[in-house]
Amino acid sequence: MIAIVNYGLGNVQAFANIYKRLNIPALVASTPDEVSEAEKIILPGVGAFDWSMTRLNESGMREALEEAVVGKGKSVLGVCVGMQMMAKRSDEGVLDGLGWIDAEVRRFDETSFTQTTHLPHMGWNTICPDNGNPMLANFSNGARFYFLHSYYFQCKTETDTIAVTEYGIRFSSAVNCGNIYGVQFHPEKSHQWGVQLLKNFADL
Amino acid sequence: MLRPRIIPCLLVHNGGLVKTVNFTNPKYVGDPINAVKIFNEKEVDELIVLDIDATAQNREPDYGRIRNLAAECRMPLCYGGGVKTVEQVERIISLGVEKVAVSSAAISDPDLVAQSAEVVGQQSVIVVMDVKKNGRGDMYELTTHNGARATGMFPVDFAKKIEHLGAGEVVINSIDNDGVMKGYDLDLVHKIRDAVNLPITVLGGAGSLNDIAQLISTFGIVGASAGSLFVFKGKYRAVLINYPSRVDKDALIEQSIEKRHE
Repeated sequence: MIAIVNYGLGNVQAFANIYKRLNIPALVASTPDEVSEAEKIILPGVGAFDWSMTRLNESGMREALEEAVVGKGKSVLGVCVGMQMMAKRSDEGVLDGLGWIDAEVRRFDETSFTQTTHLPHMGWNTICPDNGNPMLANFSNGARFYFLHSYYFQCKTETDTIAVTEYGIRFSSAVNCGNIYGVQFHPEKSHQWGVQLLKNFADL
Repeated sequence: MLRPRIIPCLLVHNGGLVKTVNFTNPKYVGDPINAVKIFNEKEVDELIVLDIDATAQNREPDYGRIRNLAAECRMPLCYGGGVKTVEQVERIISLGVEKVAVSSAAISDPDLVAQSAEVVGQQSVIVVMDVKKNGRGDMYELTTHNGARATGMFPVDFAKKIEHLGAGEVVINSIDNDGVMKGYDLDLVHKIRDAVNLPITVLGGAGSLNDIAQLISTFGIVGASAGSLFVFKGKYRAVLINYPSRVDKDALIEQSIEKRHE
């Protein structure tokens, strides 16, 4: 069973619908018990960093989530701000992140861009995967994903990055550190490619 | 590389989908959820859904409807209509919507943009500008309430202002071109593009995929939105939900971008 953490933001139903179509057991988790009982966890998100951290803290599920991920080593997938929350801190807020990955969330700096781009980074872009990670298996050429963000995930350890995307700079669009996975884009809104990624997560 | 987006825009009126001409004469074109299901199969880049009754009738967004739409959408969804407060923006995002559009409330209370960005993040706060040429046809003006109320404000100034306040995107909606299917108002888009660095989506006037190709070859990475084009077929405007296939869309984008670099 995959638990989709329902802490009040992110399209939890979109994840649930995709897993239903794939015949993979998943539930929208709104209590600590539902998080604890799951084999795998998805932490979705659409929102500013501090607001998202606050909502997670107030959901009553943070402790169960940390016990499952850090204590028991269950696989977790953070999506968009759900991924960014796994870092230690963010330029977007003052609250501490979950700190599961040694990383910081930085604001895109237009002055360092090598080409003219508009901000936020909004729309469909490709990823350049580091071959071999099962999370990024079975993608055809031209796989693309929907991005919607002004801040990006900056890993301290280079090998935590499993895919990069180019937007003014090259940034980590997918990360993996042990049992912890994160994607900056929205697989739940990325048509067949997102479905494949969510299937890959279920197959880990 | 980031791609331009091709975005159907659906208008909700009395619970059904409609299409207007110059913001008037709404014609019923179908059921919103059915349309979303068809657009799912067609793998559209994004969807914009605007409730054109909410502000005009001074009522709250219909949260039940928004939740149902968001649950059905397999593509990113931008919702607009009747959004006046930060609490409403927050609630709509929590229903599973990626982007919330504000229009008249952003004009009367620009701080709404800044406060919303603070909570849901800049990327999810979209400002729709309903733009109309004045009586002499020599100046663009912002309007509200489905074009019924003039504001005396200029779109370029307002776009700069909302960018400064932390909006994530501006949707330029041309009332003069709405439903006319004779092409986008590129002159208007040029003015806004030169003024701000935000992502821009253009709505109003697309009558063929050539119009979209022209927009992309002129502006590169841009959102090309359309209502009539994706709900009508043929010169008698028979209702038929349509959208270019993946192969056709890829070719259209590739050719338009190449043309831009010529």
